[in-house]
Amino acid sequence: MSQRDPAISKGIDWSLIWIYFLLVTIGLLAIFGATYKEGDPVIQSFLNFKTDYSKQFYFFLVALVLGLFTLLTDSKFFSATANIWYTAGIILLLLVFPFHTRVSGTESIIRIGGFQFQPAEFCKISVALALAKYLSRPDTDFTRTRSQLIAAAITIFPAALTIMQKETGLALVFFAFFLVMYREGLPSAILVIGFAVGALVIATLLVEKNTLALVLTGLALLLAYLMRRQISRDPSFHIQLLLLWVVCVGIQRFGVPFVFKHVLKLYQVERIYSTIGREVPQEYIEVHEKETDNTTGKKKDTDYNVRQSKIAIGSGGVIGKGLLKGTQTRYGFVPEQRTDFIFDTIAEGFGFVGSFILMLIYLLLLFRIVTVAERQRSVFSRCYGYGVAAVFFFHIAINVAMTVGLAPVIGIPLPFISYGGTSLLTFTILLFILVRLDADRHMVIR
Amino acid sequence: MPVFNQSRSRIIRLIFLIAFIVIIAQLFYLQVISGKYQRLADENAILKKVVYPPRGLVFDRKKKALLNNTLAYDLMVTPSQAKGIDTTYFCRLMEIDTAEYRKRIIAAIIKNKSFRPSVFEASLTAQKYARIQENMWRFESGFYIQERPIRSYPSNCGANIVGYIGEVDTNYLKRHTGEGYLSGDYAGMTGIESSYEKALMGQRGIQYLIKDNFNRIKGPYENGTLDEKAIAGNNLYTSLDIDLQLLGEKLMTNKVGSIVAIDPATGGIISMVSSPTYNPNYLTGSERRKNFSQLYQDPQLPLLNRAVNANYSPGSTFKTLQALVGLHEGVISTTTTFSCSGAFYGCGSAKPMKCLDPGTFYLKTAITHSCNTYFANVMQRVINNPKYPTMDSSLRNWDRYMYAFGLGHRLGIDIPTEQTGNIPTPEDFNKIYGNGRWNFCTYRSVSIGQGEVNTTPLQVANEMAYLANKGWFIIPHIVDSIEGGDKFGLLEKYKKRNVPIDIPDTIFSSVQDGMQGVMESGTGRGAQVPGVIMCGKTGTVENYYRGVKQPNHSFFAAFAPRDNPKIAIMCVVENSGRFGGTYAAPIVSLMIEKYLNDTIAANRIALEERMTNTNLIPPLMLQKMRTRDSLMQVKRDSMERIKTELIDSLQMQETPEDGMKLTPQKNNVPKRKVPAGDPSRTNIMIKPDDRKQLVKTRVTPGLKNDLV
Repeated sequence: MSQRDPAISKGIDWSLIWIYFLLVTIGLLAIFGATYKEGDPVIQSFLNFKTDYSKQFYFFLVALVLGLFTLLTDSKFFSATANIWYTAGIILLLLVFPFHTRVSGTESIIRIGGFQFQPAEFCKISVALALAKYLSRPDTDFTRTRSQLIAAAITIFPAALTIMQKETGLALVFFAFFLVMYREGLPSAILVIGFAVGALVIATLLVEKNTLALVLTGLALLLAYLMRRQISRDPSFHIQLLLLWVVCVGIQRFGVPFVFKHVLKLYQVERIYSTIGREVPQEYIEVHEKETDNTTGKKKDTDYNVRQSKIAIGSGGVIGKGLLKGTQTRYGFVPEQRTDFIFDTIAEGFGFVGSFILMLIYLLLLFRIVTVAERQRSVFSRCYGYGVAAVFFFHIAINVAMTVGLAPVIGIPLPFISYGGTSLLTFTILLFILVRLDADRHMVIR
Repeated sequence: MPVFNQSRSRIIRLIFLIAFIVIIAQLFYLQVISGKYQRLADENAILKKVVYPPRGLVFDRKKKALLNNTLAYDLMVTPSQAKGIDTTYFCRLMEIDTAEYRKRIIAAIIKNKSFRPSVFEASLTAQKYARIQENMWRFESGFYIQERPIRSYPSNCGANIVGYIGEVDTNYLKRHTGEGYLSGDYAGMTGIESSYEKALMGQRGIQYLIKDNFNRIKGPYENGTLDEKAIAGNNLYTSLDIDLQLLGEKLMTNKVGSIVAIDPATGGIISMVSSPTYNPNYLTGSERRKNFSQLYQDPQLPLLNRAVNANYSPGSTFKTLQALVGLHEGVISTTTTFSCSGAFYGCGSAKPMKCLDPGTFYLKTAITHSCNTYFANVMQRVINNPKYPTMDSSLRNWDRYMYAFGLGHRLGIDIPTEQTGNIPTPEDFNKIYGNGRWNFCTYRSVSIGQGEVNTTPLQVANEMAYLANKGWFIIPHIVDSIEGGDKFGLLEKYKKRNVPIDIPDTIFSSVQDGMQGVMESGTGRGAQVPGVIMCGKTGTVENYYRGVKQPNHSFFAAFAPRDNPKIAIMCVVENSGRFGGTYAAPIVSLMIEKYLNDTIAANRIALEERMTNTNLIPPLMLQKMRTRDSLMQVKRDSMERIKTELIDSLQMQETPEDGMKLTPQKNNVPKRKVPAGDPSRTNIMIKPDDRKQLVKTRVTPGLKNDLV
């Protein structure tokens, strides 16, 4: 089949395109709703590139052009250049260290001319492509631990760089790619262990440490009792059980406190504790105060953002107050409301009905991407598809969960809706590459 | 390639679904189930601004304004948002020091939470207002200026009648929940400001404004559709006559006492003077606090409305009622005579009650010359009437008359805190002396209005109205009508005639004959208004303060003209010494003349001058005033010392908690709002407590001299 087919539209999954347009439109409306000033002429403001919604509108046009280019690109190009993309991404990330601009709170932004560019955002595409490429290599046997470790390294390396740029939130996104690996055969046990460790960490935060240690010991003894038959048959079970106990208690007693004291920043610790609704233990505060010795974050209302966000969302009620009628989002009570907390504008303006519909649209998008990914004949396309799904899922789930107070506040945008050129462009390209790959799925024999 | 992992797509979808369900569930909880966020959002973004309607005005019977409105400016503070302002500069503008600033902020937080606006300084002076207004942009985050209509008193009289308005306190708010009062509001505290609060206050409006996260006003909320308009308070039309009131207050200068004048036909009060009084304008505006405490501590008790709050034995004015009872009970007739050889000896060895001019009296002359013996005999006959077998029943019968005449209980005037007066009951005597261990002689002084009987000036004036009307009265009241109708039924009880006991007109005529005689040939000769047929009765009241005899109170009660009476009036001049006819009678006479003729005849101007210039401040009161002045001097000195010490200590400790320690200092200010007399401390009148004590120590019954 010729690339010169009269329509580039052939084979394109229109449903994804429609959802894309729908979400971007909602996003523009939401940004408009959050930042429109009473009395501005609407049409002019939309075109003058001065207001945020106007800027987002132009970003959208740029994104469309880029999306169009993406659609016009040969699908083989992506698999062929995946490693180059990855290398480029890593180099950009490294370049950030000497060349980043001074923007408060982050060291991840490069400014070129009048534009800010965040390589970490761009790296999502790189990793998605590179991981897909690696997993689809004919000589990769993903059942082998070595391959699994390499795949993990591909994702974790940029994440580590991003953390070093003080963008923990963005870095966490890379861990979403484990979903791709899971799909490709990562043992379920890892998923289970992951959840178990997560549960243990949360339990550590919630339960007094000696009590938790006792409970864990009790559980270990119970397990030993229940499995006494196997133990008598195979004495090495003893050792395994003992090791498990040591690891659990170790995480609980030393691992978590270590991370909270020496890895995370105080504000991050505070955000985590505010999510579970607890006060930060004094020992962590002391360690951090000794470390930093500055009083910038001195007892600042850490959960102010989340509280205001919950008020804004909650006050939307069932059907909402209407666009431009939301008092909380209109009058600056919710911080960062055009970017990270853009969901508030929708939830306040359109209530539960509006937010429910938006969540449905997102769910539809995710399911559609999974469906599209599953129907791919090439492993590359499938892996890439899952990569896209994983990135979107992580962004949506964590962003909305943070606005409703279910997750700690980490600054990641809501795909297609949050204000911001880089993220809109990234998400657009991410999606459109998948559309391109999918359109050509019949050509691929590999 | 592991194709078998396809099933995992389902697990991945499941993970997506679960995450979304959890999020949607939380959304459902926040937006649908939990109702508190709407309220929190409103607290965040909506400023409910109370719009105060102009308070109703008060007019006299000639539609002259007694009470008017002007504007005051309050500086309001929202403590939680007042942080980060240039406090030093602010304090300089407000002419306070930072310690005072902190003190006020803490007081505001304690009173009204830190996120709600409280009054920082009420009624700014013109200078402060101008300075603050000019610099408001600096302090906009936490402060704003609120306009509030306040009272002014163009005629500058009747302070105790109209009363004053004051900031509501927590107790007031508790008692009036649901009536729309907010902390910092002003409400009527005394006088008709308080009794007619409902009508006067109008309906507060609410303006809903949108504010942003810096508390800046962004405009009306919902285009003002939710706003509630303020409805102006209703004006009150009173039966007062400002000219007469002014004359009364003038005549009572430098005297302690009261004048009450009632229109007998309507029960409307024409004039009610309580002296010493104060300039009502003192209690509005920026100096209110200072003036109030000054008035409050004044031993002359200017804040006390003596017309309704002071109890006096009515003295000889009471004899008119005794005559009514005697005639109606049939124990005497107009021709019954009693002789007085110098005193009343009807009680044997007990100390006799003297009378001024000995002789033989029948009813008319007895009233005219105020014969003590005559009325002692009358009451003895009433009490020892064989119709009533026991002491208890006969006294109770007598009490019934007294209650009917409006004594011994609150009349129900539209001024709060009216006193009841006292009419002795069998129960009282049983308690004091034991069951059955008392008889007429125990309380014989009651027959001439001394001893256990106590009345307020209002009750005495009402007595006169009752006598003038020949058997009925309308409960005395200040307010005749309310503009826009009496929506709260406040005037209901002032519409109907009270005919407590059916006494024939002839009996009244006989008593009135006697009272007319008082004016023409008796003890009140000097009080006759030329060309008017008047009825009157003098009274000279013996009184004691902590068992020590004080100069007599001078009483005079009258009504005029005898036919078709227009005014019933009484006057009391406390501790003036001399007789009722000496001071109270001329004052009443001038008042009546002014009211009936609208002017005072040229040949009586001299009398008016003389009465005005007479200084009758009781010696005891003068002594107290001197004590107070020297005490205040001492106190001022020690306060000065305490203040310097406090400032020193504050400069060492900077935390706001230390500011809290300042509050006990405030406790020096007395808690009571109205100086409802504390007899042991400030009051120089005889109060029931004192009197009972006197009765026990048997000092009273000896009425040695001059009961006129």
